Amino acid sequence: MKRFLAFLRKEFLHIFRDPRTLVILFGIPIAQLLLFGFVLTNEVRNVKIAVVDHSRDYLSIRLTQQLVSSGFFQVAATPTSESEYEGLFRSGKVKEIVIFEPNFASRLVNENKADIQLIADASEPNTAQLVVNYTTAITNNFVKTEFRKEQKQPGINIKARMLFNEDMLDSYNFIPGLIAVILMLISAMMTAITITREKESGTMEILLASPLKPIQIILGKVTPYMILSIVNALVVLLIGYFVFNVPIIGSLALLLAEILLFIFLALSLGILISTFATNQVTALAISGFVLMLPSILLSGFIFPVKNMPAPLEFISNFIPPRWFIEINRTVMLKGGGLAEVWPNTLILLGMSALFIAISIRKFKIRLQ
Amino acid sequence: MIEVQNIRKQYGDVVALENVSLSIQRGELFGLIGPDGAGKTSLMRILMSLLLPTGGTAAMNNLDVVKDYKKVRLITGYMPGRFSLYPDLTVEENLKFFATVFGTTIEENYYLIKDIYQQIEPFKTRRAGQLSGGMKQKLALSCALIHKPEILILDEPTTGVDAVSRKEFWEMLKRLKNMGITILVSTPYMDEATLCDRIALIQEGKIMSIATPETMMHSFPEDLWTISSRKIYNTSKILELIPSLISVNSFGQALHLVTTKGQHTSKSIQGFLTQHGEHDITVESEKATIEDVFILLMQKHNQTA
Repeated sequence: MKRFLAFLRKEFLHIFRDPRTLVILFGIPIAQLLLFGFVLTNEVRNVKIAVVDHSRDYLSIRLTQQLVSSGFFQVAATPTSESEYEGLFRSGKVKEIVIFEPNFASRLVNENKADIQLIADASEPNTAQLVVNYTTAITNNFVKTEFRKEQKQPGINIKARMLFNEDMLDSYNFIPGLIAVILMLISAMMTAITITREKESGTMEILLASPLKPIQIILGKVTPYMILSIVNALVVLLIGYFVFNVPIIGSLALLLAEILLFIFLALSLGILISTFATNQVTALAISGFVLMLPSILLSGFIFPVKNMPAPLEFISNFIPPRWFIEINRTVMLKGGGLAEVWPNTLILLGMSALFIAISIRKFKIRLQ
Repeated sequence: MIEVQNIRKQYGDVVALENVSLSIQRGELFGLIGPDGAGKTSLMRILMSLLLPTGGTAAMNNLDVVKDYKKVRLITGYMPGRFSLYPDLTVEENLKFFATVFGTTIEENYYLIKDIYQQIEPFKTRRAGQLSGGMKQKLALSCALIHKPEILILDEPTTGVDAVSRKEFWEMLKRLKNMGITILVSTPYMDEATLCDRIALIQEGKIMSIATPETMMHSFPEDLWTISSRKIYNTSKILELIPSLISVNSFGQALHLVTTKGQHTSKSIQGFLTQHGEHDITVESEKATIEDVFILLMQKHNQTA
C-alpha cells in the first residue's frame, strides 16, 4: 500500500509539473464546453417570427401583442397559406411560426382549452429550443394573468414541431456527448501517453526490475487520471446544469454510476493502447485518430446515428461513446432509468472486460 | 553469486549472445569489457530478468532468473545504460520514490549511499533532468543502492561522464565492493578494466577471455612494441610489410606493433624501418594493456571465424 501511495504521489507530481498535461486535463474540457456552449446558445432578442392567426379574436391578438412587447420577438411575416412556411424558413426570414387555431378565444373560454402550434427552424437546434421555450413561457404567463380571476384556469395546449430536425432534443443536446468526448480524451489518451512515456524514458525498465507488481504499476498510473476524470465529469455536469440549463431529469446516482463505468472503460482502452504503442507519438496518434475522431464524429455527439449511411452506422456500433451518449441522454434528458439503459450498460461492461482481458494478456513483465 | 551457463540470446536471426558462461564470486567487482553491440546490455538484462534467454540458464544467489524473477528483482540493484530516472522529479523525490518502491526508507540505508549521496545532496531540490552527467550517474547509483541489494548490475555507468567523475565513480564502486556487494559492471573503456577484480572480454556475443586484468596483461602471448614517429601514417603503412607481423595499430600518439614472440628485437625493427627510408624513429618494448589484449584476441577470433 505504501508503495502504491508513493507511486500515486509520483504520478501527481508528473501531472502538476507538466504544463502541457495540465492544459489537456483542464484547459481543453473547459474550452470545449464554452465553445460548444456559446456557439449553441444565442441570446433570444428580436427573433423574427411569423404569425398565422386563423381566429383573429381578442385573445389571439392580445397574445400576439404580448409576444412582441416582451422584446424577444418581432413579427416579420403573416403568411396566408401553408405552402409559404418552408420558404420563410429557408430564406431565414423567420425562426418560428406561431399558428392559432380557428375559434381560439371561444374554445379557450368555453372549453377551457385551446391549441397553438409552433413550428421552429431546428437547423439551429439550440436557438429553436430556446425560442420554443420562450414562446411557451410567455403564453403560459398570458393565460395566468388573463384568467387570474377564474376559479379554474384554462390551459393552452402548445404543440411544438421542430422543422428540419425532428428529434433534436435527444440527438443535439451537447452536454451528454461532451462528457463522453472529454472522458475519452482524459482517461484513454492521457493514460496511454503516460504509460508509454515511462517506456520511452527507460524508467519502465527500472520499474519492471523493481519489486512492483505490474498491477501496481498500472493502477498507480491510472488512478490519478481516474480521479481527475471524475472531477472533470462533475465540472461539466455542473456547468451544464447552471450555465446552460441542461437538466438532469433521471436519477443522479445512476448517471454517476454510468459515468464511472465509462471512465473505467476509457482507462482500460488507454492501457490497451499503451501495450501496443512503444512511444508517446504513436500513443497520441492512435488515441487521436482511432479514438477521438470516431468519438466526436461517429458517436452521435454531433451527427445523429440514425442519419448516418449504413456502413458508418454499422461502425458506430463498435464505438464505446455511442452507447454511453445514449445512456446519458436517456438518463439526463428523458428521465430514463436502468430499465431503459441496461442493454447499453451491458455493452459497456462487455467492452471494458474485453479491453482489460487483452491488456492483461499483452502487458509484459519483461522488456520484450 | 552469479552463475551464467551457456546463455544464448537471439533476436530474430541476429545472435546477440552465444553460449556465454561465467561465474562471479560473492563480493567481486567484475567487469564486462567490450565495444558497443558486443552483447553486454543483453546479458545484463537477462540477469535482471528483463529479457528471457533463448537458451541456457543463469542464477543470481542461487535464484533462477527466469523462474524466481520476483526474488531476483528484490536482491539486485540495477542501473540501465541510459539515464532512467524521472527528470521532472527532484533529486530527493527520485531517491525517496525508489526507496519506498523497494519497501525501505532513505534513513534506513543512508550509510550505504552516504558517500555518494552527500556529493549531490546540496542539489536535492533540483530536478533530476537539470543535473550534470556525473551527478545524474551518482543519483542513479544512489537509487539503485537504496534498497541495500546484494548484487549491483551497472550497465556502462561511466559512458558520457567526464574523466574526474569517472574516477570518483570507480572509487565509489571499490568502497561498495568492500561493503560486501557483488558488482557486475560493463564498460566500453579499456582503461577502466584494470580497476576490476576480474574481467570478461566480450565481442560479438562471445566471451573471448576471463581473468584478472593483471593475468591478462602479463600473459600477452606475443611481442609488443611502441613505435614513435613523426609521420605515423607512413610508418604504419611500412610496418604492415614487416615479417612476423601480427598487427599494427595507432595508440594515442604512437603505434603499437605486435609481432610473433621472439622474432624481433627493437634493433631489428629499427633496421627494417631505416631500410625503408624511415628515420627519427624510436622503438621500445612495451607491456601489454587490456586494449592490446582485446585487439589481439579480436584479431585471432576473426581469423578463425
